[in-house]
Amino acid sequence: MGDTPDRSANAGTGGPRVTIGHAGSAGAALSVDVPVTPADRAPDGAGRRGGGSGGGGTGLGGGGALPRRSAFGAERLFQSFTMAAGAMVLVIIVAIAIFLIAKAVPALNANTANFFTFEGWFPNEAQPRFGIGALAFGTVLTSVLALLLAVPVALGIALYLSHYAPRRVGTALGFLVDLLAAVPSVVFGLWGRDFFYGPVQEFSVWLNKYFGWIPIFGGEGPFGRSILLGSLVLAIMVLPIITSLSREVFRQTPTANEEAALALGATKWEMIRTAVLPYGRPGVIGATMLGLGRALGETIALAMTLGIVSSISFNIIENGGNTVAANIANAFGEANDTGRGALIASGLVLFSITLIVNITARAIIYRRREFTESAA
Amino acid sequence: MTTTTTAPPSTAPGQSPQLRTRRLPVVASLGIAVAAVVLSAAVVYGAGIGGTALVVALAVVFYLVGLFLASNAVEGRRQARNRTWSALIHSAFVLALLPLASVTWTLVSKGIERLDGNFFGTSMNNIGARDPNGGAYHAIIGTLEQVGVATLITVPLGIACAIYIVEYGRGRFAFTIRFFVDVMTGIPSIVAGLFVLAFWILIVSPYFNDGRPGYSGFAASLALSVLMLPTIVRSTEEMLRLVPAPLREGAYALGIPKWKTILRIVLPTALPGIVTGVMLAVARAAGETAPVLLVAGGGAAINFNPFENNQSSLALYVYQQAGDASRYAPARAWAAALTLVALVLILTIAAKLLARRNRFSR
Repeated sequence: MGDTPDRSANAGTGGPRVTIGHAGSAGAALSVDVPVTPADRAPDGAGRRGGGSGGGGTGLGGGGALPRRSAFGAERLFQSFTMAAGAMVLVIIVAIAIFLIAKAVPALNANTANFFTFEGWFPNEAQPRFGIGALAFGTVLTSVLALLLAVPVALGIALYLSHYAPRRVGTALGFLVDLLAAVPSVVFGLWGRDFFYGPVQEFSVWLNKYFGWIPIFGGEGPFGRSILLGSLVLAIMVLPIITSLSREVFRQTPTANEEAALALGATKWEMIRTAVLPYGRPGVIGATMLGLGRALGETIALAMTLGIVSSISFNIIENGGNTVAANIANAFGEANDTGRGALIASGLVLFSITLIVNITARAIIYRRREFTESAA
Repeated sequence: MTTTTTAPPSTAPGQSPQLRTRRLPVVASLGIAVAAVVLSAAVVYGAGIGGTALVVALAVVFYLVGLFLASNAVEGRRQARNRTWSALIHSAFVLALLPLASVTWTLVSKGIERLDGNFFGTSMNNIGARDPNGGAYHAIIGTLEQVGVATLITVPLGIACAIYIVEYGRGRFAFTIRFFVDVMTGIPSIVAGLFVLAFWILIVSPYFNDGRPGYSGFAASLALSVLMLPTIVRSTEEMLRLVPAPLREGAYALGIPKWKTILRIVLPTALPGIVTGVMLAVARAAGETAPVLLVAGGGAAINFNPFENNQSSLALYVYQQAGDASRYAPARAWAAALTLVALVLILTIAAKLLARRNRFSR
């Protein structure tokens, strides 16, 4: 089997290159000396067998006793089935776009305000007026704020788990971080609303008292159900994703690099700065983008913690703030036909943004084939 | 070989040759910590600008600064940086454990209040704002049925898709599918809900429902399937790739066609890993609120039929009770949240333990 690529050799790489298997059955395997190239098995994986057995003229097909015909049918059937299942993924993504557009267009035509700039959401009135200006602003503001809070802490935890903690402790605590990722978002929302609201409100009042001269901490109150609360809850929710992906890349730093740095007399931090961080940078960027995608799409936790005010304001501690996703959850209950269409239109915008962010993130991660762990 | 004793241990770089470099004693860093707390308490309470939280926050800052200065004086700048960063990394970890502990504590202490037989045995039918009882029976039924149907839809589809990616697919098409499976993991759950709303509720279901949009548990299952599919495909794909090549080659050598090899040899070998992935996906789907909110309707009564009429789910129940004005609603919300987290965590932990027991050579 000299020319057949060894499956186990590529097993751990996780790269998109699929290992080349054996398309033929036993009889066809007589031709194994022929180098197996993708072109060789191009059309449907059965071409080679067709040549070897169907005609029989080439003399390669030796397994005359095998039940070739029936196997051929089942093989084709099974292969088509798996291929259809694979194509289903693409179909779903395209279908999402098509159906969202189909339902959004009537509402967008009925809209009497500019969809992209108008700062309000009144799609249920006789003259529907709605725009995602304030919603998109709130979405971006909460997500960026959440990432600013979460990324440094997540990198700290990832470094701690991969390079500082004893191995056993690191494994156990990493397990704990993964469990944090499994907690449903509605629970974080409930926690943020019923418990975390108190400390954040006190903190907001304190910030307003001593740093009120900075515009983002200004205002007259009331404080609490604010962008700050939403962003903090969001930060806690994206923390596990960024942590577990970063920990994976940090752990994969070649030991040779680390030991070389240490051998040159570097301290532990210098070793991390010169060997671990540069190696992990693409992975960290990809993880951050994935966290961003998650934060942009987060619905329930924000619907429960934000003040739900559709206006553009940079003040992060006063009651207020709204996001595209949270608005969908909150406004869906009393939406009429146009209202639903309007929400679907805003969902379409969200879908496009997250799709772009995710494709970028995945493209960055794919450049590093060493990734084996999936994100979620 | 006695001359090798001077080799520095790799775990403590730059700290070994005690003959030359001076090290900051442990007592010193403890002293700095105490001094930082005292100083910060004095500053905060002296100026009257805050409470305990501010004392702790300032103490950490003072400790880091003090540690850097002391270490800089005794050990030099590089060791000082090393120590400060190390302290920062450790404090980041402690900082992350705080919300975890807080969520757990709040969840258990508030959730235990209503966790009784009545909660698991009754629905919210005819429960008014003044009624202290009422339960989540209908929601638990809804969650189990919706997730169950979604699993039935997704598992065959996901496994077949993974088989295609690993065993059959090659070239650009397989690469595209694999890439978009990854992209699909990032689709927001609310978008999946909107998709099913636009596709199933508003376009397809009126045909079965006298022209009116029919909200149902099955629609929620469809939305959950969209969310579960990429997770299952990815984990199954990883597991199929770990099946040793000699197993397949042995099967081929015995004259077994490829499809039978996959179904009889490859899949059973990878089964524990696939089950793990499915359980993780189920756990994630059980906690989703947004899609269920949009397409299941969320009724208060018990409805065993997922294909007709409104259904609720545990996550949706938490959301609805949290928004309810009744003074008894928060206790119900927390009890349901505790139930939901227990369900999700049991599934997750079981899945991870299963994965650990059945790990291939990796």
